[in-house]
Amino acid sequence: MGHGGGGQMSAELIQHLFLPAFGAAASSATPSDSHVLTLANGQRLAFSTDTYVVHPLFFPGGNIGELAVYGTVNDLAMSGAVPLALSTGFVLEEGLEMDVLGRIATAMGAAATTAGVQLVTGDTKVVERGHGDGVYINTAGIGLVPEGVDIRPERARPGDVVIVSGEIGLHGIAVLSLREGLEFGTELRSDTAPLNHLVAAMLVVCSDIHVLRDPTRGGLAASLCEIAETAQVGIEYDERSLPVPEAVRAACGFLGLDPIHVANEGKLVAFVAPEHAESVLAAMVATDLGRGAVVIGRVVEEHRGFVVARTRLGSTRIVDRPLGEQLPRIC
Amino acid sequence: MRYLDEFNDPVLARSLIEQIAAAATRPWAIMEVCGGQTHSIIRNGIDQLLTDQIELIHGPGCPVCVTPLEMIDRALAIAARPNVIFTSFGDMLRVPGSRDDLFSVKARGGDVRIVYSPLDAVALAHEHPDKEVVFFGVGFETTAPANAMAVFQARQRGLVNFSMLVSHVLVPQAIEALMTSPTSRVNGFLAAGHVCSVMGTAQYRPLAERHHVPIVVTGFEPLDVLDGIRRCVLQLEAGRAEVENAYPRAVSDEGNVHAQQMLATVFEQCDRQWRGIGMIPQSGWRLTPEFAAFDAERRFDVGELTVSEPERCRAGDVLQGVLKPDECECFATECTPRTPMGATMVSSEGACAAYYQYRRLDPPKVARRG
Repeated sequence: MGHGGGGQMSAELIQHLFLPAFGAAASSATPSDSHVLTLANGQRLAFSTDTYVVHPLFFPGGNIGELAVYGTVNDLAMSGAVPLALSTGFVLEEGLEMDVLGRIATAMGAAATTAGVQLVTGDTKVVERGHGDGVYINTAGIGLVPEGVDIRPERARPGDVVIVSGEIGLHGIAVLSLREGLEFGTELRSDTAPLNHLVAAMLVVCSDIHVLRDPTRGGLAASLCEIAETAQVGIEYDERSLPVPEAVRAACGFLGLDPIHVANEGKLVAFVAPEHAESVLAAMVATDLGRGAVVIGRVVEEHRGFVVARTRLGSTRIVDRPLGEQLPRIC
Repeated sequence: MRYLDEFNDPVLARSLIEQIAAAATRPWAIMEVCGGQTHSIIRNGIDQLLTDQIELIHGPGCPVCVTPLEMIDRALAIAARPNVIFTSFGDMLRVPGSRDDLFSVKARGGDVRIVYSPLDAVALAHEHPDKEVVFFGVGFETTAPANAMAVFQARQRGLVNFSMLVSHVLVPQAIEALMTSPTSRVNGFLAAGHVCSVMGTAQYRPLAERHHVPIVVTGFEPLDVLDGIRRCVLQLEAGRAEVENAYPRAVSDEGNVHAQQMLATVFEQCDRQWRGIGMIPQSGWRLTPEFAAFDAERRFDVGELTVSEPERCRAGDVLQGVLKPDECECFATECTPRTPMGATMVSSEGACAAYYQYRRLDPPKVARRG
């Protein structure tokens, strides 16, 4: 299997294997991180699940437990939902130290409190030694979508302004540096964080946000490509406007990676109508997590389905999602 | 940021572009040898910013692309063995062999691991004495010193379970082959900066003289490439054919002497097949008899290999600068990074991959040159 990197191959697995195999049972599935169900009383419930396979389990700025809570909280928040409750499922490898599991569980409790969600149900399985990477965690969550809020990739439309909530590439490079024993001057910390409070602050000033995405695996590029394809619009951004921290640029320059492909865990990208851009940006900048928010580009009529970047030199190029895992190159 | 921002400066870039336009009084075809330069050019749209007088021809300097198919198939056969940990730089994993690639071997359960340095492979061999650890030693002169060092250290540490599948290639011999080819249209070369940082510049003087062709040692950031082009054009317009160093922050005339000594200890020159191009005499390195015990080719008998390339793949023409990627009828239709016909479509230094990645929206050019 080469389908785990959040790239084109994951998307194709869903499209060509799961959806056909599930058949009618998946007829209302959305190609999205969460699905919004409308209940009989008209209330809308967002539902999402994600499985966390992270190595190493602890990294600068976070750990697998925090990721598992914040990841699902964020998936819910990207539909505008207020997250309510999470389930937690553990697959433990025989021999995992209780102390390690204890630290992970404590981190999950603290993360849930920070995000304002309850951990309400769960499950634990143990597999033989050698059949797991210490611990795998699945979380699923539900949240309520406020009235009048309709946030989904299909709603991106020409003219929309594209805003990123802060510096990109931190999580991916922090984990990669630790995993591969690489150092790039300053220690990088993962940006793992719950985005629901930031989204709530944005919705206060504008309930008509068109699209929200948290660019995790595959980086900002994967999110932008997915939105361009789903909404059949073109997206354009200026490379110079991307907020890339120095250490991430250094690491990417060294490894031959593009920061736009590197994973984030506490950032979002928002698409809003031009008349609301200023107020939404101001609301973001007023929060802790959105302090570094900037406008990076806009939605255009041209090159529908494609993301195009304007380079520092003034030329243009296509931006693709990464194909499978990002591979450091030879020279 | 030092070494990134100043070599990306839009104002300086504009000035170099104007100087090139002012200097060029007639059409010149300049080949950038290295695939890293090709990607920099296409990613930054440098060719589009230049005057029409200057045509950039993409060269064969993509080590992944020119690694012979037979060697890829050999790697696949070795990697599929149960007792082997097969290590490689990430680039090689998607390169198509006759039937599949290293990723497929890994997906079927083969122990294929990406490493960032051949020394990591040596460390793996030390940690897993019960396994055979093989490193895929691919690349130009740039990667060769570290590979030589890995073999050297493996011997020093008495590791009997480490070996290297060596498929090194050399730039000067490739330039010689290109210049003696009847199809060559190249007026000047941008030599690969990182190769020269190891080997120095002296090797290129006889080539420049013999073929009366300017060779400018060039770096990889946008301003490096533009300055290389500018110097090349100035030489061509003045009728000069010299070796010029436009990348002095990394390249000295003598190169890295320590690295050269290590190379001379571990490797010897040999004839080498180049994928899509053919055999180029004395254009490769193999392990010397003294280090033959570390040669994975000798250690693993994989039997007869029958290789087959897709008939319609024109990667060879692309590598020799005869065809631009978007002039190939399979480009971005049958041949994509997901369904590659040739290595040039998957390597991060391959010209086809660069065109696909950055400009497949441009109108197809298949008809332009038949």
